[in-house]
Order: sequence, then structure tokens, then C-alpha cells
Amino acid sequence: MTVDVPLSLEKLAVRLGGEGARLDGAQRLSGGASMETWAFAVAGPKGREELILRRRSAPFDPETARSVSLATEAALIRATGAKGALVPPVRHLCDDADGLGEAYVMGRVDGETLGRRIVGDPRFDAVRGKLARQCGEALVPIHATPPPERRNLKVSDAQGELDRYEEVYRATGAERPILELAFQYLRKHIPEPVAPVLLHGDFRNGNLMFDPERGVVAVLDWELSHIGDPAEDMGWICTNSWRFGRPDRPVGGFGDYADLLAGYAAAGGRPVELSRVRFWQMLGSLRWGVMCLTMYLSWANGMEKSVERPMIGRRVSETEADLVVLLEEGL
Amino acid sequence: MITHPKTEELAQAVALWIDQIRPSLDPRNAFLARVAVNVLGVVGRELAQGPEAEATAARLMADLLGHGGGHAELNAELCAAIRAGDMTVETPGLLAALQAMARDQIAIDQPNYKAEGTPFPA
Repeated sequence: MTVDVPLSLEKLAVRLGGEGARLDGAQRLSGGASMETWAFAVAGPKGREELILRRRSAPFDPETARSVSLATEAALIRATGAKGALVPPVRHLCDDADGLGEAYVMGRVDGETLGRRIVGDPRFDAVRGKLARQCGEALVPIHATPPPERRNLKVSDAQGELDRYEEVYRATGAERPILELAFQYLRKHIPEPVAPVLLHGDFRNGNLMFDPERGVVAVLDWELSHIGDPAEDMGWICTNSWRFGRPDRPVGGFGDYADLLAGYAAAGGRPVELSRVRFWQMLGSLRWGVMCLTMYLSWANGMEKSVERPMIGRRVSETEADLVVLLEEGL
Repeated sequence: MITHPKTEELAQAVALWIDQIRPSLDPRNAFLARVAVNVLGVVGRELAQGPEAEATAARLMADLLGHGGGHAELNAELCAAIRAGDMTVETPGLLAALQAMARDQIAIDQPNYKAEGTPFPA
């Protein structure tokens, strides 16, 4: 079913802004094949409000097969926001009357999300040194939020993640010696289990919004949220695929491990050892490699037509180039 | 092989044309066009560097496994040996061989990628 989003937004504008309100511009922002993000504004008697619409445009996609529903995403943003997490305000959860399918509306937060700019743009030179610590601080209220009830969030630990990704890898039929070795190695180095917490699940440079003066202003893209080891969120932002050309700065391409860990502990998080973060970082590279394989397969089996998909398949070798160095260094 | 033009030149010609029309495209298609140019870059590099990379990989795997064979068989056997635990990070020469293979592959797929451990400036 094709939805005329701008037309539906005109109707929604009245619902959000009241009698006399109208849609004042709507633009699709670059998004994935299965998820759309629209920037729009509502102008009405109560003034002008800048908003963001998140909507699912395809019912199923391997990239997001593990993702939570958008209603759950909105609930997570509300719950973590109540605990002090840096999240945009959820303004409206769409229902059938809106004709937008699975979708919700949030307030627009100003800032930069493009990872490469955070890492390299001179506008961020002054604040860059503070970002790793802020990322550690930003995780604390998320991890401290009791998981919202009846949302069926997946629970998984290191063992479970390895099992799951190995199963997905086997199902692709690909044979990649470095990925095989990484699975074997990580299985022998699984850290002691810890009490599981609510995780963002996709906490990396690219899913965070930054302001050139204030630093971290919002944590976005909650669709992979689940329950697990707090170090998983820390390891993912240290995975080299999200350092945008600055492997010398392990946290997101902008900072150091020590600042991330210190920020987390100083904000009241249970202190996490670096070795644990490094384990999850390595598993992060492996996870991204397997995800790249599945994205290629979604094209190969005809589910997706975008030229982006087969090209992402060629990103597996970046994870191999990273993994072989991490294997050499050892955990 | 035909040389006027070479296959990699054909790929290059298409990439240049996509770049020419890119400014006229909407943002989503402009993004996909950039991806398409990158795809053609991979095709060109694989044509130029692929055969030697594959031969090198086959030689490295043959050394590790102690016998010769085609790339696909050797690769499958190596994967099975690692999966079975017969080869580990402790196996002499394994990591060095995998490192060399990874380097050749990333040189085709993303020559500008800065892998883990790369100093800055590179």
C-alpha cells in the first residue's frame, strides 16, 4: 500500500495543532529502505511547531527484523526520557485515523548527526574532546530505566548474541575465515555475566545528535533496543566501522576509552572494565560483518532492489580488516 | 582481452556519466547514484587487482593447509578447520595470512578505509 505522506500530514497537522492549523512544509530526510523519516512543521493558532515523523514503510526487512515496533520505540523514548536520558519529546503516536501506518511524531531537536562531520568538521573541534565522556554519561539514565512492561523486549547476553549471529552467518552460506576465527575466539573469551539492563542497542556515532557547543543533545534510533550487558552499548560506539576514518580515536572517532568509562562511572553507572568493552567492540565488528552479509542477501533473494544493498555486502571486508587486527592484539 | 576499451574503462565511463547527471537528481537518487559510482569503482579495482589477490590468497591458504587446490576449496577447508578448532589464533602463520588476505580485499572494496590500528595521519 502506498501512502501519500504529505497528504496524510496535512490531516495530522489539524489533529496536532488544533482547528485552523496547517502543514507548513514536509520533507523526507534520507532514510533506510524500510524506515522513513520526515521533517515537517505545523503552523496554527498556537504558533509554529517543528516536528519529525518516523514511519515504517515496509512490513519486514532483514535489516530491521530484530527491531521493536514504533509504538515500543516511542514508549522507550518516553520511559528513558523520564529518567533523564537525552531524547526528543514524543509528541504523538499515530493510529489508524492518521492513515500513516506504523508511525509516531516527535519534536525536532537541532543538531548534527552525520558521523563524519562530528569526527572531522572544525565546528566540532572545541567540543570534540568532551564527547566521549558525555557518551558515557548519556548511557547511565538509559541503563537505569526499568524496561517498559509488556513490550517483549529481547533479552540477550554475550553467549546469546554469538549464537544468534553465528546462526545468521551460517544461514547466509558465506565462508569467511576471519569471521569464523572471530566466532571461535570470542566464544573462548566470554566475560562473566552481569545483571542485564535496558540497552539502546544501536548506540553509535551516527545515531547521536551533537551540538557544536553543548556536545551530545539527543540519542536517536531506538529500534534495536533490548536488554543485555551494559558494555554492549559501549562496545558498539567503539566499533571501528563507526569511527569514520579515525581509528586512532576509539570512541566514535572522537574520543578515548578512559573518558567513556569515566563519564559512565561518574554519572552513577556501575563501573565497567575496559576488557569488557573491548569484547563487545570486537563482537560489534563481527555483528556488523554479519549484518552486511544479510543486507547483501536481501538484495540477492529479490526482497530489496536498492543498489545500496549489494554494495553494503562489500563492507564485510572492512570488518575483516578490523577483526584480524583485534585478534592479533587479543582481548 | 580487448583493450580499446578495456573492461575497467567501460565501468569508468559509466561512473563518469552518473557523476555528470547526479546534480539533476533528487536527494535519495543522488545518494544512490553515488553508491552506484562506488560500485563501479569496486568492479574496476576487482578487474585490475582481483586475479592477483585471489592467486595470493590461494597460495597462502595452500601453505597453511599443506596442499594445493582451487581458491574455493581451500577457502572452504580453511573455514572448516577454524570452525572445528583445528586452527586458532595460536596457529603459526594463520593471522599473518589472514591479515594479508584482508588487506588485498579491502584494497578492492574500500581502498580508503582506515582499519583498526591505522595511525593518524596514516
